[in-house]
Amino acid sequence: MIDMKSYDVVIAGAGPAGSGAAIAAAKEGLRVLMVEKRQEIGSPKRCGEGLSRSSLERMGLEYDPVWARRPIIGTSVYAPNGKYVRYDGEDLGWVVERKIFDKWLAEKAADAGARVQARTEVSSVLKEDGIVSGVKLSSFGNSWDVKCRILIACDGVESKVSRMAGLNTTLKPTDLVAGFQYEMAGIEIDPDRIELYFGNEVAPGGYVWIFPKGERVANVGIGVRKPFARKTAKEYLDDWIRTKPGLKRGSVLEANSGGVPVGGLMENMVLDNFMAAGDAAHHVNPIHGGGISEAYVGGRIAGEVAAEAIREGDTSAAFLDRYNKRWWDERGKKLEKIFRLRQVAERLNDDELNWLAEYLSGEDLVNFSKSKGFGKLAKLLIKKPRLVTLARKLM
Amino acid sequence: MIKTDPELCLRCGGCVGVCPQDALSLSENGISCSEKCTSCRICVNFCPVGAIELDD
Ligand SMILES: Cc1cc2nc3c(=O)[nH]c(=O)nc-3n(C[C@H](O)[C@H](O)[C@H](O)COP(=O)(O)OP(=O)(O)OC[C@H]3O[C@@H](n4cnc5c(N)ncnc54)[C@H](O)[C@@H]3O)c2cc1C
Repeated sequence: MIDMKSYDVVIAGAGPAGSGAAIAAAKEGLRVLMVEKRQEIGSPKRCGEGLSRSSLERMGLEYDPVWARRPIIGTSVYAPNGKYVRYDGEDLGWVVERKIFDKWLAEKAADAGARVQARTEVSSVLKEDGIVSGVKLSSFGNSWDVKCRILIACDGVESKVSRMAGLNTTLKPTDLVAGFQYEMAGIEIDPDRIELYFGNEVAPGGYVWIFPKGERVANVGIGVRKPFARKTAKEYLDDWIRTKPGLKRGSVLEANSGGVPVGGLMENMVLDNFMAAGDAAHHVNPIHGGGISEAYVGGRIAGEVAAEAIREGDTSAAFLDRYNKRWWDERGKKLEKIFRLRQVAERLNDDELNWLAEYLSGEDLVNFSKSKGFGKLAKLLIKKPRLVTLARKLM
Repeated sequence: MIKTDPELCLRCGGCVGVCPQDALSLSENGISCSEKCTSCRICVNFCPVGAIELDD
């Protein structure tokens, strides 16, 4: 139970960003409160649950079988004409159970000394002389004020807490993928590989994914984006599944939807006594929409800077600017480069995607998602007059 | 103003993040819309399941 009226740090939202921040701040001895408005951390998921090994390494965490549903040993990326590019590895990552994974992280936060409280919402942000000074919480019909020296908004794509604090985090429509997914059972899949399907008919501005969680069970989902999409995400996915004999008679264990920020990286993510991290601050890889590790790392950096600020007795925006700098050095520059790749990819028509699939290897695609190897793509694009200006974006 | 169909809405909150007026909020009961709404349709166009329509 929340027994104190004031904390060093209050964290709104207990997803990967919140837990990343809570673990980092609590490890440094701060008094930390992390609240989550939903009744169960991690549920219902808004996620395909893909986690690469390199992402887990970036988070600085060790593999734990409690959250791993299925190891992934390969990826197949399909062009619109059905040709695919394969990437094979031994241990590329896992499809995880988010509900367990997010609780596992929150458990680490509690072990580090943070107070974690589900079914408790930050309903407003308190200010003194216009500066953030705490939060109003509501839980089970009660409502009360808690003071804090720093508030970290990790409230996901809704990002209301930042806007209540006075930081504009509103996404542009073109920077928000509309996601829809079924967790399906009794289907025919390759249980060891993740599959991605691209094409302007299949998933304009995004892609379809199959992420296996077992021999015959997988997350089958889609992301689409305006202005390219002409139907809802659900309609695109339903239409696609209907064309797949191995899927269309499958069972549905769960339906999920969600918004994925794939742009809108923010120069400034701080105010006096305030920081934002994770989806709330658009910490997502803009080419594939993966945000678990980005959120955790963004939260971690915010938590570390919070500890430094409190130790040095300066929680002003000028001090917290360290968080901007460190995040941009560690993640932002790479993600910004990948954002440019997204802007190129979304301009390619199906013929061009098919053509590229002839020349790109699985390794190339993996490199692209890590902001590497753009030169090779630029060299290819330059061969087509229509694509020359796009190629320049990559150089 | 907008209204959401509770049978369709999965309470994902994406529309909240993309509302330029900060007019929407998400609770267990679904999406609520405040007077700040200008009926710009951005949330309608975003919704992954087509749960939102204008309500005037
Ligand atoms: C369809 C879909 C598929 C995806 N697939 C993948 C994938 O395969 N791999 C991957 O890495 N990423 C994926 N992502 C992205 C990933 O899910 C997110 O980037 C990640 O969850 C972001 O973490 P977060 O902690 O910032 O936010 P969240 O995980 O969204 O957590 C934010 C939490 O804050 C809570 N909250 C909100 N407001 C308040 C408040 N006022 N008070 C208290 N609590 C509040 C919310 O209830 C929520 O639990 C996907 C996203 C979607 C939508």
